[in-house]
Amino acid sequence: MFSYEFMQKSFIMGIMIALIAPTIGYFLVLRRQSIVGDALSHVALSGVAFGMITNFYPVYTAMVFSIIAALGIEGLRKKFENYAELSLAIILSAGIGLASVLISLGNTQGILSYLFGSLALITDQDILLVIMLGIIIFLTVILFYKSLFYMTFDEESATLAGIPTRPINLFFSILVALTIAISMRIVGILLVSSLMILPVAASLLIANSFKAGIIYSNIFGLISVIVGLTISFYLDLAPGGTIVLSALIILVIIILLQYFRSKITKPA
Amino acid sequence: MDKAIVKLENVSFSYGKNKVLEDVNFSIEEGDFVGIIGANGSAKTTLLKLMVGLLEPDKGAVYLMGKAIKDFKDYKSIGYISQNVRHFNPMFPATVKEVVGANLNTSRNFFERSRKKEEEKIYKALEIVEMGQFMDKKIGKLSGGQKQRVFIARALINKPKILFMDEPLVGVDLNSQDKFYSLMEKLNKEYNITLVMVSHDIGVITEKVNRILCLSRGRVYDHKPDQTICFDMLKEVFGNKMNILIHRH
Repeated sequence: MFSYEFMQKSFIMGIMIALIAPTIGYFLVLRRQSIVGDALSHVALSGVAFGMITNFYPVYTAMVFSIIAALGIEGLRKKFENYAELSLAIILSAGIGLASVLISLGNTQGILSYLFGSLALITDQDILLVIMLGIIIFLTVILFYKSLFYMTFDEESATLAGIPTRPINLFFSILVALTIAISMRIVGILLVSSLMILPVAASLLIANSFKAGIIYSNIFGLISVIVGLTISFYLDLAPGGTIVLSALIILVIIILLQYFRSKITKPA
Repeated sequence: MDKAIVKLENVSFSYGKNKVLEDVNFSIEEGDFVGIIGANGSAKTTLLKLMVGLLEPDKGAVYLMGKAIKDFKDYKSIGYISQNVRHFNPMFPATVKEVVGANLNTSRNFFERSRKKEEEKIYKALEIVEMGQFMDKKIGKLSGGQKQRVFIARALINKPKILFMDEPLVGVDLNSQDKFYSLMEKLNKEYNITLVMVSHDIGVITEKVNRILCLSRGRVYDHKPDQTICFDMLKEVFGNKMNILIHRH
C-alpha cells in the first residue's frame, strides 16, 4: 500500500493528526469543553465554503474562520459565565448557518471531501502545515506542561500560583482551531471532534495519572489512525469513518475488559 | 495596623446592577483565625475572591501583605482553596502527588522528572495533613475529607503565611470535620498560618475561630473573640425564619 504516493502522504499526515488531535482533545475533555471541537468544526465548514467561493485555499480560510470563532468562544464564555456551554451553541449555530448560506452561493462541489475527509486530495502544503502545527503543539505541551495541568485541574488556584492563565487560554484556543482546520483534510469536518474525544475517553478509563492519560490518548489515537487508514485503503472505505470507528472499537474493548475484570475480581 | 495581613478599605462590588458588597472595611491580622459567615448568596465567596485578587473591586482598595492587590506578586505566601476543587470529575486522571506538586515549579516541562527534593517537599506537606501514604493514589478515589486534606497540603507546600478556604467542609463527614478543625488549630498555632475560612455552618465555626465576619446585605460585621454574637444580627444575616436555640452542655 505504501507504493502509492498518496498513501505515504496519508500516513505521514494521519500519524501527525493522531498525535495532535487527542493531545488537544485531552485538555478539552478534562476542562469539560469537549463540545468546542464540534462548534469550531462547524465554523471551519463555513471557512471551507468561503475559500471555495473566493478561490482561496480552503484550509487557510478554515483556519482563519475557526481562529476567529475560538476567540469568540473565549470572549462569550466570560459573558455567559454560568452557562459556558451557551457560548458554544451560539458559535456552532453561527458556523452552520453561515456555512449553509455560503455553500448555496457558489461553486462548492468539492465540499463533500472536506465533510468526510479524503486521502487523494492531500497536498504537500497540507503535510508541511500539519508538521509545523505538530511541532508547535508538542513544544507548547512539553514546555507548559505543568501550567497546563494546573489550569486544567483548577484554573483559579493556577491563577493565584502566578500562572498567566489568560494568555495561555487564548493561545490554547488558537491551537484548537488550527488542529481542527488541519485535521479535517483526513478525517473530515464532521468527524474531527470524534478523533479529539474518543481516544481520550478510552484513556480516562485506565489512566491513573495525568501524564499516563496523555500518553494513552496518543497511543489510542495512533492505533485508530493506522488501523483506520489501512482498512480504508484495502476495503475502499471513507478514511475518516474507519479511523473514528477504530477509535470507537478501542473504547468499547476497554469498557468490556473493565467490565469483565470487575466481574472476576469481585466474587459474587 | 502594621500587623494587618489583609486590609479592605471602602470596598464595593457589584455583579451588573446587583450590588453585593458596599463600603466594606476590615482588616485581618497575623495569627487570626477568621470565619466568614452569612446566608447563601451573601457574597461570601465574592469577598474571599476580592481578598486574593481574583476579582477587582468597583470601588475601594484591597491590600494583601501590605501591598495593593494589583502589585501583589508574592504568590507563594498565600494558599487558596476554592469551592471549585470539590466539583472536579472523579475520573480526572491525576495522582495525589501531581495535585500537591502542581504548586511547585509551575514552569517545569513534560520530560523533567520531579527531583528528589520536590518529592520530599510533597511528602512533607502531605504528612502535615496525615496523608503521606496516599502519594500515588488517584485523587478521584479518595473520600471527601481526604481530598480536602490533599488540597490543604497543596496550599501548604510553599509554606504560606495565610490560607484562604472557601467552604472547606461541604461534603465532608462529621468525623473528618473534627479532624479538620484540629488540623486548623495546628496550622494556626504551630505553623503560625493566618486562616480565613468561609462557611455557612455557623454552629461549629463560631466555637473554633477567634474572629467572625458576618456578611449581611452587602455589609460586613466584625466580631471579636470575647464578644458573643448578637442574636439579632444572626437573625438579620440568616433571615427572620431562624430560631435560635441555646444549649448548655
